[in-house]
Amino acid sequence: MEKILQVKDLELSFHTFGGEVKAIRGVNFDLYKGETLAIVGESGSGKSVTTKSIMRLLPEATSEFKNGEILFGGRDLTKLSDKEMQKIRGKDISMIFQDPMTSLNPTMPIGRQITEPILKHQKISKDEAKKVAIDLLRLVGMPKPELRMKQYPHQFSGGQRQRIVIAIALACNPQILIADEPTTALDVTIQAQILELMKDLQKKIDTSIIFITHDLGVVANVADRVAVMYGGKIVEIGTVDEIFYNPQHPYTWGLLSSMPSMDAEDAKLYAIPGTPPDLLDPPKGDAFALRSEYAMKIDMEQPPPFFKVSDTHMAATWLLHPEAPAVEPPEMVIERMKKFPGSRYYEGSAN
Amino acid sequence: MAEKLVEIKNLKQHFNAGKANEVKAVDGISFDIYKGETLGLVGESGCGKSTTGRSIIRLYDATDGQVLYEGESVHGKKNKKDLKKFNRKMQMIFQDPYASLNQRMKVMDIIAEGIDIHGLAKDANDRKKMVYDLLETVGLNKEHANRYPHEFSGGQRQRLGIARALAVDPDFIIADEPISALDVSIQAQVVNLLKELQEEKGLTYLFIAHDLSMVKYISDRIGVMYFGKLVELAPADELYENPMHPYTQSLLSAIPLPDPNYERNRTRKAYDPAVHNYVDGEDVKMREVSPNHFVDCSEKEFAEIQEHLAAKK
Repeated sequence: MEKILQVKDLELSFHTFGGEVKAIRGVNFDLYKGETLAIVGESGSGKSVTTKSIMRLLPEATSEFKNGEILFGGRDLTKLSDKEMQKIRGKDISMIFQDPMTSLNPTMPIGRQITEPILKHQKISKDEAKKVAIDLLRLVGMPKPELRMKQYPHQFSGGQRQRIVIAIALACNPQILIADEPTTALDVTIQAQILELMKDLQKKIDTSIIFITHDLGVVANVADRVAVMYGGKIVEIGTVDEIFYNPQHPYTWGLLSSMPSMDAEDAKLYAIPGTPPDLLDPPKGDAFALRSEYAMKIDMEQPPPFFKVSDTHMAATWLLHPEAPAVEPPEMVIERMKKFPGSRYYEGSAN
Repeated sequence: MAEKLVEIKNLKQHFNAGKANEVKAVDGISFDIYKGETLGLVGESGCGKSTTGRSIIRLYDATDGQVLYEGESVHGKKNKKDLKKFNRKMQMIFQDPYASLNQRMKVMDIIAEGIDIHGLAKDANDRKKMVYDLLETVGLNKEHANRYPHEFSGGQRQRLGIARALAVDPDFIIADEPISALDVSIQAQVVNLLKELQEEKGLTYLFIAHDLSMVKYISDRIGVMYFGKLVELAPADELYENPMHPYTQSLLSAIPLPDPNYERNRTRKAYDPAVHNYVDGEDVKMREVSPNHFVDCSEKEFAEIQEHLAAKK
């Protein structure tokens, strides 16, 4: 498959009064054409910062690329000038933000907000741009698009606003669409509609999507591949089935077992103890070691490298080292592994 | 059946009543909350679930209807003494742990506010001890008492909110989306804490949320609200296995679960209120379709549900 974006050894810090916050500490991943890559992790894990650095949306005065590159179309995005970046932003790579209430301009009719990127990036007349915008609104399922072009954001509901934001993001047929928690602010029923819409559109225009969320249900629904982030690093990456049915990293185990499953009875929820690491002074070894009951001595001293589980699946945990003792994952994770051919708990096909 | 702790009878909460912009946030709902149980209340934003909670604890004066706590009306005229007595029994935990704690007060004073109002502490030392105990109960420690709210993370703040609610030793706690603002890994910590406290102290909860999988996990019974009305009320398992009201079915079909195989096969059902096809004057009310399972339906629908249930057996 064709690699459309490559993030290599990315390190990024923020300079604050308290000192240097190492928000991203060596992130590597590739994005393939037409796929959806979900990035999951708790707040402060660096998932939003990673995507914002791809878009170069971080304040230049306080943030600094320490190392690494972001390769897109043969160019390193971290080295581009603002002017060059502006030609890419909104055209080749565009973004959908979390809060549809604040990401639209309240004083501008939505028609003008949709035609804005089209006029900016394409040589096209205003009338034609208008037609494109109407088609886009129709594409995202807005009834009576001609009429609604003249309306202002406050005249739309939350779900409709998110549809408009999606229309704007898609205006120039981007190769990469970054969706930063696009459904978190929406109700479940509306969330389901927006997710269906995004999957539909992806098929139609064959764009690649980076989907950031902390809702594992949404991940299971939209993702082809999943990257789990913790403490500024990717700790596990693999296909959606590999992450959900054959997870290897204790943090992924914790995440999966802290959500109640619909059929699990009164069993106590597994709660990951403690709080996320302080990235002003990141732990020397495995960032998750302090919260993990599986931590070994080496976890405190040396950060684990990536161990290969399969061609598509990698996890950064010392537990995968050949000399590491075999440990039992939590019960809820074993239940999941039973469904996965290739895991050590596989019980044959259940269905 | 267990003893009734709270009875809500035809509660109505209309805002801007009589004006053109009248909002019927809660429009005639009735249910009971039993001693020691957790009743979950779900629905989409704007369906009136939070307003219901706030009316029950008298943060709003109800437009119509009654809320009885141990047989005594919550609303209506009360002298200061009665009100105080009542306020001690019922407490609330709020959604936003950032906005619900006074940032200019130290944790000690935030938690002790209720203790002071009700005069529960004998002297300054006793007050301190009570606060320390409460902090420990919710998994924090003594040193935290001299800090300000901004020094805590979201999950810790929600623990402070819980400690504050527990300070006056209530029987009934209304938790309005207590975990929505927290990270997944922290959500589990808070939910476990709420469950432990319930076992220890025999608390009764009204748990308001929109995250259905968490609600199912924590609740004994669940009520589903739609546009100011209760459309279905059933034991948690029953509701998930046999959702009868089309809105409940639509809501359940919309939840994504952390299970890719399930997600690939999930089909979403949309809810259109027109499916009911109610004729004018048709008697639509909560009817008991099977033991403890109530559905808002007309007589005709009731017969259909009965038939459906019989066929299932």
